[in-house]
Amino acid sequence: MDAPQWVVEMKGIVKTFPGVLANDNITFQLRRGEIHALLGENGAGKTTLMNVLYGLYRPDKGEIRVNGKPVSFSSPHDAIALRIGMIHQHFMLVQAMDVLENIVLGLKSNKVVVDKVSAAKRISELSGTYGMKVDPHSYIWQLSVGEQQRVEILKAVYREAEILILDEPTAVLTPSETKDLFRILHKMKEEGKSIVYISHKLDEVMEISDRISVLRQGRAVSDIPKTETSKLELARMMVGRDVVFRLSKSSTKTGQPILEVSEVYALNDMKANALNKVSFLVREGEILGVAGVSGNGQRELADIIMGIRKVTSGRVTICGVDVTNDSPRARAELGVGFIPEDRVGVGLVMRLPILNNAIMKRYRDFSRGPLLDYHAASEYAARIIKEFDVKTPDMHYPTKTLSGGNLQKLILARELAMGPCLLVASQPTRGLDVGATEEIRSKLLEERSSGRGVLLISEDLDEILSLSDRIAVLFEGEIMGIVEAENARLEDIGMMMAGSKRMGA
Amino acid sequence: MEKRLLPSQRLSIAAPVVSTLVALLISAIPIYGGGVNPLIGYAELLHGALGDKLALTETFVMFAPLLLCGLSVALAFTCKFWNIGAEGQLYCGALFASFFAVYATSVPSFIAIPVMLVVGFLGGAGWAIIPAILKVKLKVDDVVTTLLGNWVMTYAVAAILFGPWKDPVTGWPESPVISSTTKFPILIPGSRFHLGIVLALLVAVAFYVIIRKTKLGFELLGIGGSQTASYPAGINVSRDFIFAAFLSGGIAGLAGVGQLAGILFHMTTDISPGFGYTGVVIAMVGGLSPIGVVLASLLMAIVVQGTQAMHRATGVPWALAETIQGIILLCLLVGVFFTKYRLRRGA
Repeated sequence: MDAPQWVVEMKGIVKTFPGVLANDNITFQLRRGEIHALLGENGAGKTTLMNVLYGLYRPDKGEIRVNGKPVSFSSPHDAIALRIGMIHQHFMLVQAMDVLENIVLGLKSNKVVVDKVSAAKRISELSGTYGMKVDPHSYIWQLSVGEQQRVEILKAVYREAEILILDEPTAVLTPSETKDLFRILHKMKEEGKSIVYISHKLDEVMEISDRISVLRQGRAVSDIPKTETSKLELARMMVGRDVVFRLSKSSTKTGQPILEVSEVYALNDMKANALNKVSFLVREGEILGVAGVSGNGQRELADIIMGIRKVTSGRVTICGVDVTNDSPRARAELGVGFIPEDRVGVGLVMRLPILNNAIMKRYRDFSRGPLLDYHAASEYAARIIKEFDVKTPDMHYPTKTLSGGNLQKLILARELAMGPCLLVASQPTRGLDVGATEEIRSKLLEERSSGRGVLLISEDLDEILSLSDRIAVLFEGEIMGIVEAENARLEDIGMMMAGSKRMGA
Repeated sequence: MEKRLLPSQRLSIAAPVVSTLVALLISAIPIYGGGVNPLIGYAELLHGALGDKLALTETFVMFAPLLLCGLSVALAFTCKFWNIGAEGQLYCGALFASFFAVYATSVPSFIAIPVMLVVGFLGGAGWAIIPAILKVKLKVDDVVTTLLGNWVMTYAVAAILFGPWKDPVTGWPESPVISSTTKFPILIPGSRFHLGIVLALLVAVAFYVIIRKTKLGFELLGIGGSQTASYPAGINVSRDFIFAAFLSGGIAGLAGVGQLAGILFHMTTDISPGFGYTGVVIAMVGGLSPIGVVLASLLMAIVVQGTQAMHRATGVPWALAETIQGIILLCLLVGVFFTKYRLRRGA
């Protein structure tokens, strides 16, 4: 038996969340001393699978063996005891403590007084071995994101991790920091450590890994050595779909530009670059789809169009009016409809009556001086609630009493009833059932055929393909290319989504 | 324990009643310990608060500042401006009003009283918008700034009253008596039922109109429910927030004017025994709604007035009277909690 060559074997892992089958009978094997990439789109189940291995989730079914022995984890403590370490996408560091304190925090070997001298010695030994420059006495808040990641890695190796899981480690890094990280990972591999590298970026995966497992919609699609595959094949496996259904789309004439975004740069909440020189046009009567793995600037893109976030440079023009960095109010007055990605946080005030939310964009039209004519407003709300088939017993009930699909329909009713010239729809059908999804998609097509411009930002590739006239692909805040939906090849889109290809606009 | 989807209608009426009864039951223990039959104690309480014309008018005298402070806090909390500073704003309003009222000797009442109200309102409002601006511009925590503002203001008042305004004859820290033209008229002869009580009720009506009938109220409810949803909808969150602070502080300032021009007639260092803090509890118990705040402050006025009478009539210690006030407020808050949540056994 050559069983011991596997340091980790996961067999038939099934993990469901309410309404979602996140891992569907997945088998995953990790060899000693290899870098094994887990490749897939958002929601393919990569992180869920590794959270199962790290003891954060319990699988519904399936078997896990570590070093040949079956194990059952009830918490990450058990995983850490078996020398498994995980570096999450969002770091788990205490900002107000220094590097050393963060590394030794929570160790069982800690006495009443932490032996900082020997800990510092060991940290500098380890950072020497792997070429990780970190001052053990700097505070976390003083460190760059790349350095913080090094602290996380140090934390894991300090706990003598032999198996290291990195979840999208380069998502927050600059290119030179990425290079450093790869150097560190190679060093660790030489030391005999086994590494799982979760990513959706093809170039990186081809550069760093020895073997590649592709996950798609909760299933493992393949497990192959890097040398036996190509980017193109991987892209196909990643996005590959059996059927792409296209809604019947009447051809419409596109007209004047409605939205013009030119050379826009913007920062994300962490003050890092989120949009880099983004330029595109949306015309009357067309749907421009923005595809891409989420977290590549989609949220920031919607924000700068709606005036919720400032651009650092560049211009946003709506209906011929330069509205760059104007308030959302200016957009509302121009008639820009917005279906935000975060429905309950940004789209609706859940505590307030349905009525208030229904008129949120139009209440100024029902005012007489400082007073608000609730009577007229209620009539309007009742009309649009009926027209858009929002199912509610009473519009004076709190909005939180509505179901997910009805919440989205309420937003749609509010935004479309004001007759927008432009509609920005961000993940409009995410998490909705088939019926609501269909209704919302056909509403978007209706907007298009009545000559409005629609910007559809979605991580659902099927949705983008079936609704859009043109498709722009966003990767790390850049538009990798804009293609006509008619003759777009799936592989091209997949390659652009993974940052491996650029195509002319 | 889980959150109710809708606050129970039946419970929101029953809860305050049950809470008060529970509070009276609990309070019976210390009253009994104080050597008084609780039933007699409570009879004295009711009699002292509602028993005759004097008791009743005095209860209303207590009601006015409690109502105004409750409304002040409720308005601020509606848009999540965590104003714990009604006390300081009350002092600031009274101080500003007294600057005017002391020297307005030759101004006729029909001018002097409105001007004094405006000046007092502006005093409270000015003190409240400082933390609101700090919050909007620099994200400084408003709980901390409004709370600390109370100390700054009460000490500033003390500095003035122990300094330039110290009574030259008695040496007391009291301002000169305000002009008689600025004193609130007494509306019920032979009592202290003054104009300020009616004004307080008018402010409650204004509060209702602002929240339920105006664009501003619609916006404030939106901001209180979710800033992240209100801003994209085109609501000017920063402007509304500061304006709400302005109104909130102004209302607290009016409470100070009422005490000055209706009861005390000169500025003192103890113009409020903590109305501003009680206002926070009243606003919460009243569920930030105008009617709720009116009822809560009325109940509180009865309790304060009644326990004082009980203390006088039965000789239970003064501290016990204050203890009972605290127990009732606590029970009411727990009652509010049960209208929003329900208990469930097991997991």
